[in-house]
Amino acid sequence: MTEDTPGPLLRVEGVSKHYGGVRALEDVQFACRAGTIHALLGENGAGKSTFIKILSGVVQPDRGRIFLDGAPVSFATPAAAAQAGISCIFQELSLLPDLTVADNIGIAHPTRRFGLIDRAAQRRRAEAMLARIGGDDIHPAAPVGELPLSRQQMVEIAKALARQPKVLILDEATSALTAADVSKVLALLKRLRADGMAIIYISHRMQEIAELADECTVFRNGRYIETFAAGTKPDDAIVEMMIGREYSSAFPPLGGTRREGKPALAVRGLSWAGELKNVSLEVHPGEVVGLGGLDGQGQRQFLLALFGALIGVEGGIEIDGKPVKITSPRHAKSPELGLALIPEDRKNEGLMLPMTVRENLSFAALESVSRFGRIDRKAESERIDALVRQLAIKSDGLDGPVAALSGGNQQKVVIGKWLMTRPRIVLLNDPTRGIDVGTKQEIYQLLRRLAEQGTAVLFYSTDYDELIGCCDRVAVFYDGTITRMLEGAELTEHNLVGAALNLAPGMERPASQAAR
Amino acid sequence: MTSGRRRKGDWRYGLAAQRGPLVAAAIFAAMFGVYGAAQPNGLSVDVINTAANKGALLALVGMAQTLPVLTGGLDLSVGMIFMLANCLASTIVTGSAAASAFGIVGVLGAGLLCGLVNGLVVVYGRLQPLIATLATSAIYFGIALALRPQPGGDINGDFADLMTRSTYGVPSSVLLIVATIVVVWIPFRNATLGRAVYAVGSSEQAAYMSGVPIARAKIAAYTLAGFLAALGGLLLTCITFSGEARAALGGDYTLNSIAALVIGGTSLFGGAGGVVGSVFGAFVMRTVGDLLIVFNINPVLQPLFVGLVLLFAISLGSLRLLRVRNKLDLYR
Repeated sequence: MTEDTPGPLLRVEGVSKHYGGVRALEDVQFACRAGTIHALLGENGAGKSTFIKILSGVVQPDRGRIFLDGAPVSFATPAAAAQAGISCIFQELSLLPDLTVADNIGIAHPTRRFGLIDRAAQRRRAEAMLARIGGDDIHPAAPVGELPLSRQQMVEIAKALARQPKVLILDEATSALTAADVSKVLALLKRLRADGMAIIYISHRMQEIAELADECTVFRNGRYIETFAAGTKPDDAIVEMMIGREYSSAFPPLGGTRREGKPALAVRGLSWAGELKNVSLEVHPGEVVGLGGLDGQGQRQFLLALFGALIGVEGGIEIDGKPVKITSPRHAKSPELGLALIPEDRKNEGLMLPMTVRENLSFAALESVSRFGRIDRKAESERIDALVRQLAIKSDGLDGPVAALSGGNQQKVVIGKWLMTRPRIVLLNDPTRGIDVGTKQEIYQLLRRLAEQGTAVLFYSTDYDELIGCCDRVAVFYDGTITRMLEGAELTEHNLVGAALNLAPGMERPASQAAR
Repeated sequence: MTSGRRRKGDWRYGLAAQRGPLVAAAIFAAMFGVYGAAQPNGLSVDVINTAANKGALLALVGMAQTLPVLTGGLDLSVGMIFMLANCLASTIVTGSAAASAFGIVGVLGAGLLCGLVNGLVVVYGRLQPLIATLATSAIYFGIALALRPQPGGDINGDFADLMTRSTYGVPSSVLLIVATIVVVWIPFRNATLGRAVYAVGSSEQAAYMSGVPIARAKIAAYTLAGFLAALGGLLLTCITFSGEARAALGGDYTLNSIAALVIGGTSLFGGAGGVVGSVFGAFVMRTVGDLLIVFNINPVLQPLFVGLVLLFAISLGSLRLLRVRNKLDLYR
């Protein structure tokens, strides 16, 4: 801090964080000066989220030091970080849905008079904050839970600014906003920068980063890669830096695309609640079709719609050439339709954790081993034993609670439970998230085997390697619809990242935007 | 509403926020109107006073229950704190005016202490409120029984008269409720801690992320609940002039307190509602019984009718589920 140029307002040295055996961050460094916007770049799972959770006091690092204004700091709680002047706008909103907009904006530092909250002053401040960020249309007395997502996001921004932070962190804060809001927020961030705030900006939208950032830092696989001045590297090189690794996983050979006859599943113009927009896709028996793109572009909703969990879905679905109306998951799994969905959240949507492995495995297929409503225990056992062998599920005993199994084996139980229904179409919602490499490999082999047996597989993954290694084709989602279909030689990580960011093929931005 | 600038929608949002109490008040007004019309002597001062005293007991216990429920918890011990306060009051709110005054302070202090214990057990014991307060409720009832193994005792007659009489047609018990709302509830609701109670119930995770004092909010909610339940027990003693530890009565008040707050529009998931609605909810529950009497219906059927009223009132609150578009949201 002794040079004549001002030192960094926020400096991070050698920070590491492990979750169990999984490395989230390893020896990461970072520095951000006052009056600048610093973009943090990286793929899904690069460690950005863990990093900002550490900065905002949500999790504590295993090792490393953080300096604010040159003084070492450590935050035990989000309140401590906010007190020190670090405010974070999270991807998952931190709003209180039942409270009003004004209450939410004032929650951390309520305006008080005689020890009580001064509602009039609080409301005036909320209105001022909203006007400042360009959200005048939001009524301060409205309960936040009733606002549409884009308005909630604006409230979240106002709430963070109401704490008058020195360092403002935005984690994908613009992803839910309308185009008009985005330009307002970007203009606001430029004003805040001019006022001397340090801003850490995380976004997958390269256009926004090109417009805003002064400096960029790239993380990859939980490690710090490089920091450089914005505009000194082409998008191409930045994407390479974000990918930057050799394929580390071995994938079974692809089956070769055989796409003849009727598709097992045909979707035509599927729309739902503004989150799915006119999605069309065909999957043939024996095909593994990947769903790619950034997290949260409608892939999950697409799978839920196919599985009958959404109300008010528009558009057509055909199974084996016959138009169908899927009314519920129970209907979806019936032998006539033959769908199975391996959910993303295995602890809540996949397993009954306190129940035994055996009970969990047979839940979805109980009808097929029952006669007149009575479960045939012998038939059930045979099917279960066959599955346990087939999937190599390791447990201390099938009559113990499934909660005692490792994450990878739990996931195998979820998959096994659905294989027991003998599905013809398998939908997978990011099935390898948070499980070990060995089990991942087994799941890849299994998908391929299923395809060879004539099952149609629809596979959503946030891991680009997986999509490339496992899938015959990948449909890339952006903003609720499929924007590109990648196949064969086109199916590269480079193209996947480019398509996910909705850059035109060839990764060039239009000159007009690049020039700003 | 005092605000810097009035704008369109103020009225609508203000109304929506008060929907629960307004609906409960409307149901109560309708029922009480029918009751008054069917009453042979009309709504005399005596009739109103008796109805108010009966309703005020449940109203106070219902107000008590509302606070833990707002945090997303539940307090199964409010009925037993109510019993304990009754037994304690019949023992120490006696004798001279000064001694009785100390006794009143003692009863309310005991309620605060019981509530504080609940709060500490829930927050620092990290136990589920349901089971934690089930355990403490047994303890409080045990103390009540030890204090008064046989029904009996007495209370300062002047104080009892003051609390149960009617002045210019306004029952003291109604004044007590109004005073509690004005002196205790409104300041609490508008304090940072009260706001935190709502925040915790609305989304504990988001509250934590926002730096809201979660532990203090919960402890405050349970403590205040103990205080309000004890106030109810004190009023009960003024009405009955004696103390009696009756497990069935305590349990009844606990369960009815939950019903009262639900009728009053408080969400059992926490974060939304308030004690004013619970007061009207309590009066709705009590008026059902009065209605049955004036219409000469067998009082044995009272629980059945209370149940029907309860079902009707809570189905009004479930209308929003018709708008759900992702079925998974139904189970959250």
